[in-house]
Amino acid sequence: MTIRFDDPNRPNSYIGRTVPRPNAGRLVAGRGRYVDDITLPRMVHVAFVRSPHAHARIGAIETGGAEALKGVLRVFTGRDLAEVCTPWEGKLLHLEGMKTPPQHPLALDRACWVGEPVVAVVGRTRADAEAGAALVEIDFGPLPAVTDIRTALDADTPVLHEALGDNLCFRKANEKGEVDRIFAEAHKVVEASFKTARHTGVTLEPRVILVDWNSGDGEMTAHVSNQAPHMLQVLLAGHLDIPESRVRVVCGDVGGSFGLKVHVYPDEVATAAIAKIMERPVKFTSDRMEAFISDIHARDHEATGRVALDETGKILGFDVDDWTGIGPYSIYPRTSAVEGLQVTNLIGGPYAFDHYRCRTSVVFQNKGICAQYRAVGHPVAVAITEGLVDKAAAEMGFDPIEIRRRNLVADDAYPLTTAAGLKLEGLSHHKSLDALVEAMDYAALRAEQKALREKGIHRGIGIASFIELTNPSPFMYGIGGARISAQDGCTVRMDPDGSVVALTGITEQGQGTEAIMAQIVAEAVGVSPQMVRIVTGDTRVTPFGGGTWASRGAGIGGEAALQAGRAVRGQALEVAASLLQAKAGDLDIRDGIIVDADTGEERLALSEVGRIVYFRGDTLPKGLPRELMQTRHFITSNYPYAFTNGVQASYVEVDTETGFVTLLKHWCVEDCGRIINPLLVDEQIRGGIVQGIGAALFEETCYDEEGQLLNGTMADYLVPMSGEMPDMIIRHVETPTEESELGAKGAGEAGTAGAPAAVMNAINDAIRPLGGAVTHMPFTPERILRALGTITD
Amino acid sequence: MKASIGGYAQAETVAHAIALLGEAGGEGRILAGGQSLVAALNLGTSEGDMLIDIAGIAALRGVKLDGDRLVIGALTRHCDLVRDPLVGEHAPLFAKAAPLVAHDAIRNRGTIGGSLAYADPAAEYPACAIALDAAIILEGPDGTREIPARDFFTGLFETARAEGEILTAITVPKAQDGERHVIREGTRRAGDYALAGLAVVMRDGRHRIGAFGLGDRPLLCQGAMAALDQGDVDGAVTALAQDVDPPSDAQASASYRRHLAGVLLRRIAADLGVAP
Ligand SMILES: Cc1cc2nc3c(=O)[nH]c(=O)nc-3n(C[C@H](O)[C@H](O)[C@H](O)COP(=O)(O)OP(=O)(O)OC[C@H]3O[C@@H](n4cnc5c(N)ncnc54)[C@H](O)[C@@H]3O)c2cc1C
Repeated sequence: MTIRFDDPNRPNSYIGRTVPRPNAGRLVAGRGRYVDDITLPRMVHVAFVRSPHAHARIGAIETGGAEALKGVLRVFTGRDLAEVCTPWEGKLLHLEGMKTPPQHPLALDRACWVGEPVVAVVGRTRADAEAGAALVEIDFGPLPAVTDIRTALDADTPVLHEALGDNLCFRKANEKGEVDRIFAEAHKVVEASFKTARHTGVTLEPRVILVDWNSGDGEMTAHVSNQAPHMLQVLLAGHLDIPESRVRVVCGDVGGSFGLKVHVYPDEVATAAIAKIMERPVKFTSDRMEAFISDIHARDHEATGRVALDETGKILGFDVDDWTGIGPYSIYPRTSAVEGLQVTNLIGGPYAFDHYRCRTSVVFQNKGICAQYRAVGHPVAVAITEGLVDKAAAEMGFDPIEIRRRNLVADDAYPLTTAAGLKLEGLSHHKSLDALVEAMDYAALRAEQKALREKGIHRGIGIASFIELTNPSPFMYGIGGARISAQDGCTVRMDPDGSVVALTGITEQGQGTEAIMAQIVAEAVGVSPQMVRIVTGDTRVTPFGGGTWASRGAGIGGEAALQAGRAVRGQALEVAASLLQAKAGDLDIRDGIIVDADTGEERLALSEVGRIVYFRGDTLPKGLPRELMQTRHFITSNYPYAFTNGVQASYVEVDTETGFVTLLKHWCVEDCGRIINPLLVDEQIRGGIVQGIGAALFEETCYDEEGQLLNGTMADYLVPMSGEMPDMIIRHVETPTEESELGAKGAGEAGTAGAPAAVMNAINDAIRPLGGAVTHMPFTPERILRALGTITD
Repeated sequence: MKASIGGYAQAETVAHAIALLGEAGGEGRILAGGQSLVAALNLGTSEGDMLIDIAGIAALRGVKLDGDRLVIGALTRHCDLVRDPLVGEHAPLFAKAAPLVAHDAIRNRGTIGGSLAYADPAAEYPACAIALDAAIILEGPDGTREIPARDFFTGLFETARAEGEILTAITVPKAQDGERHVIREGTRRAGDYALAGLAVVMRDGRHRIGAFGLGDRPLLCQGAMAALDQGDVDGAVTALAQDVDPPSDAQASASYRRHLAGVLLRRIAADLGVAP
């Protein structure tokens, strides 16, 4: 039996409805349990001495002062930990030619960025550990720092890792068709350069890890604020020489992650190594200052791009040269090449054209490590693409909507493979654009803009179409040799009272994983969501899975939950059929009651099935299966990724005297396939848009030429705040994927993917009549005035 | 980072606080609303401070009239300034400035005395104080003294307050009939410290301009004031560029801040009806 998703009146129709989040009450009541809330017997705290230099040789380390301090238990250097922990290299086999040096939990001979952990001090309290850290003396010999992206490969730039020969971590070109000829012959070629700022994730809960080593069992337990517990289990086991089965990773409540908590961090591995050496629980809680210098950064991209068009405004091809600086090491285990790689895949993503070239050059620098952060590569590729398309439209006299109508891939053209080589199953660009035009009342908005311009008020409308990669298959990491699971599993169990417990390999970081899992399992089994409890984030308990990242939770984990739930339903019906002398196929489960499928007549409570199975199995026929517990795993197989699509619009007003931008309104029409919970999807889109607006207008991690961080507090690193956010109108088109019965794709990153480009295009639409354009994010008031030529010195 | 303090005591009276300051051997630190101090302690910018909490001293609270001057107690909070009727009537500049300071949670605790004593060059009140020609009242072991606001702010986070002294109040001349107060600033987000800002008082046809975020301390912009008194807005903007000496940092360059100040001045002149 398949679920009739198109019928909102079907029984148990929880998929597709806004259902309250089962964990919200607990969190609002202050009863969440974050890692820092956990105190274990004999627990101690670790603080790190971090490099104050961007690049320095590490000489003698004097730890005596710290060791003599009351409250300090032990001090560890890189050499101490290297004895129990092997180094790692963030490489993937399928990324040809990639280079990165071995990285240790604490720096050995050289510190390579401001914030790299060098010495660990263990104290009875965090304050003790910090006091000890202040007394450690390290003889640093400063070395020249590599900070500029474009000159990183020049002959006179120092080589950051001598053994690698140069500062190139990875380079890849994606080419199709005859780019040189097309651009030489095209009616119109438009060119521009773009910069996306280096910024970071700023999770409300900073990174935290508490590791215990039980020498009696030879077993490690790590409580950690992380998105991918099974990945971490495997990696901790490997580097600390513990059997995988003897490492348990537990991720309880996680206060936001955005991709930031899916990586291996040296200070976290150091904490685990120290727990093993000291044979006692060790906690590391990053504070906000440490977060700015030790959390991953992202999106330090500079690119030049061109688009070629014919006289009708039809796009013929794109040609983009992207450069990105990733800090001194490629992140482990996902690598820091993926953001650049995504740019080479995603340029021009929504459009139909034949000629394509995009190259990315990923270079080392003495700054914080860059890695995957919400919407990896998408905001960069969308900004370049949509910036070029709007510039072309303006120069050729097309309305931004019209040029998109002429070039977006037709809704009936799928399946297809794009010039960049992406396999697309089914998207809805035109339907989405039509819905956007209607939602924003585009014509009226243009009229208003025109009328106000005559009064000296400069408003702009910016449009950004995009595609978003979700539900990755092993093509992303697995084929590269990384033990990062693309499949996921769910175990569903019915207890005697007819209630249901579901254990899932995907994780909850605040986005509502538990809510959608409860809805899916509830509908699949035939009970109300209140009857379903969800267990996530414990490698000892849940099915082996990948966790929640790359917008995979709903699409992959959700399908596993649906199938496991349906299997338990089948089991319960089989038992019920035997009890009722009926055929299982004639029965259904609705709201916890076995009913006649045709008439809806109530036959038996599920709790009665539970009672018989668990307490009076003697009354059932011998040989009747009676396992009210089933596990299903799911992996995609037809497409490497389930792409989604959408389009955003931003309406802004630019104060052309001060350069200040006021966000007036924002729209997003998005197609994430089957919507499981409309409210949660809207929240994801909104939150994503806010982060995208952060990238466009506010967030920038600034370094000077020596690699010193210039802004490392919440006072000078500006996160987007509610006061500046516009109203957002969210609409949906639903094109379910046929890879799964559920049909869900991901929705977590779409907002972030499109918002920066929409805001950029809106600002440029506003200031174009004055003869300026901005392409260097974030668009600060000063950058806008410089673009307008108001400030020149 | 964990704050590392030397001690904490609650002062019951101003005299008690002064005595505690004296005993602290140079390590004494007044704790008022804690909205700047606690953040600084958590950043590890100082260690071993002996905190003297003055929040319970009733004498430092409240706003009152004293002849032709309005006296605002040091513990008057930002949120009090917004709604206090005496402030609204006699020193509306503070009532207009207070909503621009930080956010509700901070305004519920932060105090005018703390802001003035802290002397952040980008803070609103110090610039308002000099524009209003206010006086700062200090009490110490040797008694009480009064110092004109323009002489109180001596440098970056530096004031004329001696180590053993407490800032007990600020007094301002009562607004006269027809007096106009305007404050404008540019911030990237509501509640941030301003990139640049101007507080202007027009009294008897004369202007006093206090600039914030435009130097190492609040600045009295005499050149711009003289030009504005003549009704010469362009001249005032040109003079203002000389009056100020803004910093460059990750948020904005000195040139941008200087330019922004000029735009703000033009808008204020328009607010005040000074012919362009
Ligand atoms: C997020 C944020 C945003 C902010 N934005 C702004 C802004 O836009 N504009 C702005 O002006 N301020 C801003 N502030 C600072 C805020 O206004 C503080 O409240 C104010 O600067 C200090 O007042 P307080 O009472 O909290 O003083 P405290 O933090 O208690 O003390 C500050 C300093 O003054 C000293 N001190 C305090 N009272 C006295 C006294 N009576 N006598 C002698 N010394 C004293 C203390 O010893 C300390 O050195 C912001 C603060 C935060 C946290």
